[in-house]
Amino acid sequence: MKPLLISRYTASSCIGNGVDATRAALADGRSGLRHCDFETVELDTWIGRIKALDDVMLSPALAEYDCRNNRLALLGLSQDGFIDAAIDAVRRYGAKRVAVLLGTSTSGILDTELAYRRRNPVSGALPPEFHYRGSHNVFSVAEFVRHAVGAGGPAWVISTACSSSAKVFASAARLFDAGLIDAAVVGGVDSLCLTTLYGFNSLELVSPEPCRPFDPDRAGISIGEAAAFALLERAPAHPPAEAILLSGYGESSDAHHMSSPHPEGLGARLAMEQALTRAGLGPADIDYINLHGTGTPSNDDAEGAAVSRLFGSATPASSTKGATGHTLGAAGGLEAVFCALALSEGLIPGSPGTRSLDPGIDIAYRQAPQRAALRHVLSNSLGFGGTNCSLVLSRAEGRAR
Amino acid sequence: MSTNGLSASVRSLGVIGPGFGSWPEARAVLAGDTPWVPAPTRVPNPDMLPPAERRRVGAVVKLALCAGAEAVHAAGADASQLATVFASAGGDGANCHAICEALAGDDRRISPTRFHNSVNNAAAGYWGIATGAMATSTIVSAYDGSLAAGLIEALALAHALESPVLLVVYDHPYPEPLAAARRVSDAFAMALLLDPAANAGPRVQLGGFCDAAADLMADPAMEAVRSSIPAARGLPLLELLARDRSGTVVLDYLDDLRLDVSLSA
Repeated sequence: MKPLLISRYTASSCIGNGVDATRAALADGRSGLRHCDFETVELDTWIGRIKALDDVMLSPALAEYDCRNNRLALLGLSQDGFIDAAIDAVRRYGAKRVAVLLGTSTSGILDTELAYRRRNPVSGALPPEFHYRGSHNVFSVAEFVRHAVGAGGPAWVISTACSSSAKVFASAARLFDAGLIDAAVVGGVDSLCLTTLYGFNSLELVSPEPCRPFDPDRAGISIGEAAAFALLERAPAHPPAEAILLSGYGESSDAHHMSSPHPEGLGARLAMEQALTRAGLGPADIDYINLHGTGTPSNDDAEGAAVSRLFGSATPASSTKGATGHTLGAAGGLEAVFCALALSEGLIPGSPGTRSLDPGIDIAYRQAPQRAALRHVLSNSLGFGGTNCSLVLSRAEGRAR
Repeated sequence: MSTNGLSASVRSLGVIGPGFGSWPEARAVLAGDTPWVPAPTRVPNPDMLPPAERRRVGAVVKLALCAGAEAVHAAGADASQLATVFASAGGDGANCHAICEALAGDDRRISPTRFHNSVNNAAAGYWGIATGAMATSTIVSAYDGSLAAGLIEALALAHALESPVLLVVYDHPYPEPLAAARRVSDAFAMALLLDPAANAGPRVQLGGFCDAAADLMADPAMEAVRSSIPAARGLPLLELLARDRSGTVVLDYLDDLRLDVSLSA
């Protein structure tokens, strides 16, 4: 594919708001997980909660979109001058040429969960202040961001569980190819809610301790929340050496099971192979793999097998879920931003929480952050329903020192 | 205003809606050959799923699977080789209602099946399990404009893959109390098997974005279906297909953006 320029990117998660705080936490190998203190949830688990979310105020014009997920979106947009860069793209290209494609798994469903506690005892009705379109509805976050930046082009939300905000990069690339757009705001926003905490608990997939990806004693996920955004534009003929590019994407389905991955990671492997092919690269060209690495026994086994078979056991790889928790529908976007940071800083993130390495998984897993010269990196996002997406990000030239 | 070359032949269709259980039935009504007898949509049971999975899925997933299967069978296509784009304005409302009720009660335990069915890509996941398709599958949502979003994504994907893509657009009403906050009048699904390489059959082409008003259905009762079910926003396109006519339709998309689509019969 023709590479796309990632002209601006930002991330906010429990390790920090904005790229400076994020970069520092990744370089220090710091985790932002804490024992669950969210809402009235009484589960023995750890979460990646963003502080100060309650203080975020939407502008009065967009008040109908007020919910935890859209507050998180606004917090994310407000970092690193991202919202100004997006508004500038709207000015440069014209509103209708700017797309907004975002991923989320649960949107603003927390509002609905809380409204169900306040149903009319006689009629069963939800309280009158409940506003479905601006909160619970799947599209809410893209509609909100579209209004916030003034974009007027195509927009949608992809909600394919944990691959959601990786797949929006692929959708955007196709819209560029089709000549329909000149810029795209892509990314993911997913916020804590009871459905995912109690839901993953029902599947016995939440860990009672901070998650430990690729550790032989891993016991499940820690759920987190995040907002991550990237601004995509066509790459100039000769981008500066340090420019970060989206150079490939691959998507596949497991066709296996709703909540368990294909045991050999066949779907994940197909997605990685396609991403490499689209980027015009071979496995040996990839300098770092940001794994999906949720910390469940089955995910890490399957993904490890797929990576090992395709890349062998020498390509450095790590999961950053021990730092941020699993941010579900935001994970693909968040980890794409981590890959952009890795490329620009020459930094391989580590895996806080992982104490020892599963001897059954033959990959070059990195527990501690390290400096490395990186040119091409790959990020995996794999989700319920057997949905897989891999992205390749590259520096335009040379390697960071 | 943009124009571009995104187009594909419509090899086959599947339709389930109020008063019609298949594309041939809908076609006869939309072509004016048969009077329409409105009746609540009947959601069939998909025989493509293994019995254990069939018991687990809700009406929303059944609706999507049955419409998709009709299009695949009508074309004699191999579902295991097809990429799929699903489009829906909402998720599985009945499942969501049950989860929210449990979470608001004293015992917050929810069943594992309820939880994995709560993902918005449940239909895509079950479709993959039923067909063995390992190609890409996605689901897009854009509130009342989800059909247009799905059509754009499906045509762009077919163009990128240079192979057929099955588009399945579906919506199902929410139960109360959610229904009071989001009215969808009945269940509706349409599936299009879009083939960018085929030369035969009607060809659908994306004209571009515009701000003209969306086309309506002449029959007020059919217009009520179009305007009260997001997935039925494609009825003007289905009408052209039913009448084997070339023409242009403007489809609802976003509040300030419509989609211009042309059809060469």
